[in-house]
Amino acid sequence: MADFFTSNPLGIALLILGQILLIVIPLLVALAFLLYADRKVWAAVQLRRGPNVVGVFGLMQSFADFLKYITKEVVIPAGSDRFVFLMAPVIAFVLSMIAWAVIPFNDGWILSDVNVAVLYIFAVSSLEVYGIIMGGWASNSKYPFLGSLRSAAQMISYEVSIGLIIIGVIISTGSMNFGDIVKAQDGAYGLLNWYWLPHFPMVFLFFISALAETNRPPFDLPEAESELVAGYQVEYSSTPFLLFMIGEYVAIVLMCALVSLLFFGGWLSPIPGLPDGFLWMALKIIAVFFLFAMVKAVVPRYRYDQLMRLGWKVFLPFSLVWVVFVSFAAKFEILGGFWTRWMIGG
Amino acid sequence: MEEMLREYLPILVFLAVAIALGVILIVAAVVIAVRNPDPEKVSAYECGFNAFDDARMKFDVRFYLVSILFIIFDLEIAFLFPWAVAFKDVSMVGFWSMMVFLAVLTIGFAYEWKKGALEWE
Amino acid sequence: MSVFAFYLFAIGAIAGGFFTVVSRQPVHSVLWLILAFISSAGLFVLLGAEFVAMLLVIVYVGAVMVLFLFVVMMLDVDFAELKAEMAKYMPLAILIGLVILMQFVMAYGAWQSNAAAETLRTQVIPTDRHNTEALGLILYDQYFLLFQLAGLILLVAMIGAIVLTLRHRTDIKRQSPVAQMMRDPAKAMELRDVKPGQGL
Repeated sequence: MADFFTSNPLGIALLILGQILLIVIPLLVALAFLLYADRKVWAAVQLRRGPNVVGVFGLMQSFADFLKYITKEVVIPAGSDRFVFLMAPVIAFVLSMIAWAVIPFNDGWILSDVNVAVLYIFAVSSLEVYGIIMGGWASNSKYPFLGSLRSAAQMISYEVSIGLIIIGVIISTGSMNFGDIVKAQDGAYGLLNWYWLPHFPMVFLFFISALAETNRPPFDLPEAESELVAGYQVEYSSTPFLLFMIGEYVAIVLMCALVSLLFFGGWLSPIPGLPDGFLWMALKIIAVFFLFAMVKAVVPRYRYDQLMRLGWKVFLPFSLVWVVFVSFAAKFEILGGFWTRWMIGG
Repeated sequence: MEEMLREYLPILVFLAVAIALGVILIVAAVVIAVRNPDPEKVSAYECGFNAFDDARMKFDVRFYLVSILFIIFDLEIAFLFPWAVAFKDVSMVGFWSMMVFLAVLTIGFAYEWKKGALEWE
Repeated sequence: MSVFAFYLFAIGAIAGGFFTVVSRQPVHSVLWLILAFISSAGLFVLLGAEFVAMLLVIVYVGAVMVLFLFVVMMLDVDFAELKAEMAKYMPLAILIGLVILMQFVMAYGAWQSNAAAETLRTQVIPTDRHNTEALGLILYDQYFLLFQLAGLILLVAMIGAIVLTLRHRTDIKRQSPVAQMMRDPAKAMELRDVKPGQGL
C-alpha cells in the first residue's frame, strides 16, 4: 500500500494532490476566520460590535460573504482588456497560494523541501506586483491605473529591505531552507535561542516592511479611499474581486508565517521541556496576525512621500548596515557564536 | 538530481491546482450570477462623471527611476545570497571582496541620497 | 515526468518569445516575455541549477520586467505609424534574417561534437554541496576581479540612471522631517492674550 504512493506515478500524483489539498483547504478555512478576527479586532478598538449576525457571534460571516460574492454579477468595464482583466486576479491568487509550497508547518510537514526555499519565496513575492499592475492597467480607468502604479513602486521599494533582512538570517544559518533555519534556532534556552534576540532590530523592520509589502494599513496607499477610491480594485466585482482579496490576505498570513519562521522559531516551543509542534506554529502565526490587525486599527495612514522616504532612507541603509554588522560578528565570532548557528546545514 | 526534481514536482502541481481553483471561481460567478450589462454600468468609474479621456496616460518619470534603483539593489541582494549561504567556508579574501563590493555600492547610495534621487516629490 | 516538464517549459518559452514579437499591444508583449522568462527558469530547474532559476525570476521577471512595463505604459507611442515604418524596412530585415539563418546552417553542418563532451559536462555539477554554496565559494574568491567589476558596473548604472532621469521640480513644497523633529515647541507658537473687542 505504501509502495503505491512512492513508486507508482498515479500514486505519487494522488499523494501530492492530497498534500496540496491538505494545505489549501485548512488555509482557506483559517483565512475565513482570520478575516472575521481582523474585523472583530478592528471593531473592538473602535468600540463597535463588528460582524455579529451570521452564525454564533457572527462566526459564519466570511462564508456568507463568500456566497454573496459568487452570486454577484461580474462587471467587465467597456474598453478594458478582457483577458488581462480576468487574468490579473487569478495571478494574484495563484502567486499567494503557491508560496505556501515551501513553508514547513512542523518538522517534516512540508510540501516541497527545496534547498532554495527562501529564494523561492522571494521570487514569488516579487512577482506579486504583476497581479496589481495588470489589474490596474487592464481596467482602463484612472483610479485603478494610478493605484496600481503607486502600489507597484511601494512594493518594490520595500522588497529591497526584506531581502537584506533575510540575508542577515541566512548568514547566521548558512542555509536557505526553512527547516534548517528553524532547527538552527533550537537550543537549551527555549525562546532565548530564537533569532529575534541576535537579530533584534530586524524583527521590527521585517514586520513593518511586511505591512508595506502587503499593502496593509498604515501603508494602504494604493487603496487610500479618500483619494483613489479603492486603488487597483475599483473596477472589480464579484469573484475577481474576491480572488484579489483572498490573495491579499493569504499573502498577509504568509508574512506572519515568515516572521514566526525566521525570528520566532517556527514550530519550536518557547519553554524548554514542552513538546514542539504544529500548535506552536499556528499560535505564533495568529499572534503576529493579531499585531497586523492592531496596527490597522490604531495607526494613521502614511503619506506617499513619507512612505518612500521610510523605505529608501531609513530601512534600506539600516538593514544594509545590519548585514555588514552581522557578517563581521559572525566572521570574527563575537560573543562566542551568538550570530553563528552553523551546526546544522551549511 | 532526481531527488531534487522530485521536490519541485509538487510546486508544479500546486501551480496547476491554484490556477484551476482561481478559474473555477471566476467561471462559477459568470455561470451563477445574472449578467445584465448596460452602458452606464460598464463605463469606467470616475466619481459619476463620464470618462474624460483615455486612462492610460503618461506618468511621472520618478516611477521609472525607482524601478531602476530597485533593479540595482535587487542585483546586490542576488550577489549576497550565495555569499551568505557559503559564509562559513568563504575565505578571508571572499569576505573582504564582498565588503569592498558593498562599499562601492554604498558610495552609489550616498550619491543618490546627496542628489535627492530618494526624495519623492 | 521530467520529459513532460521539459516540453511544457520549452513550448512555454518558445510560444512566449514568438508572441512577444507578434503581439500588437506592447503590454501584451511584455506579458508574453514574462512567460518566456518563467519557462526558462523552469528549464534551469530541470538542469539542476536552482539558484540561477530563482535569480532569473527575481531579477528579470521581478525587477527588469517591472521597469519594462513602466516604460511601455509610459510611452505614448502610435503603433500604427510604427507598423507602417516597419513595412519600409522589411526587405532589409528579411535579408539580414536570411544571412543569419545561412550562417547557422553552415555552423551546424560543420559542427563536430567532441566524444568527451558528455563526460565533461557531467563533471561540472558538484554533488557534495548545493550549487548555491558552490557558487558562493568560488565567485568571491577565485573570480574576485570580475565580481568587483560587476560592482563597478552597478555603480555606473546607478549614477547613469540618476543623471538621465532626475529632474528637480521647483514648484512644490518639500518636507524636512529632521527640521520638523528638531523644532522647539516653545518657539513654534506664541501665546497672546486677546482682549474682547480688540484685534491683535
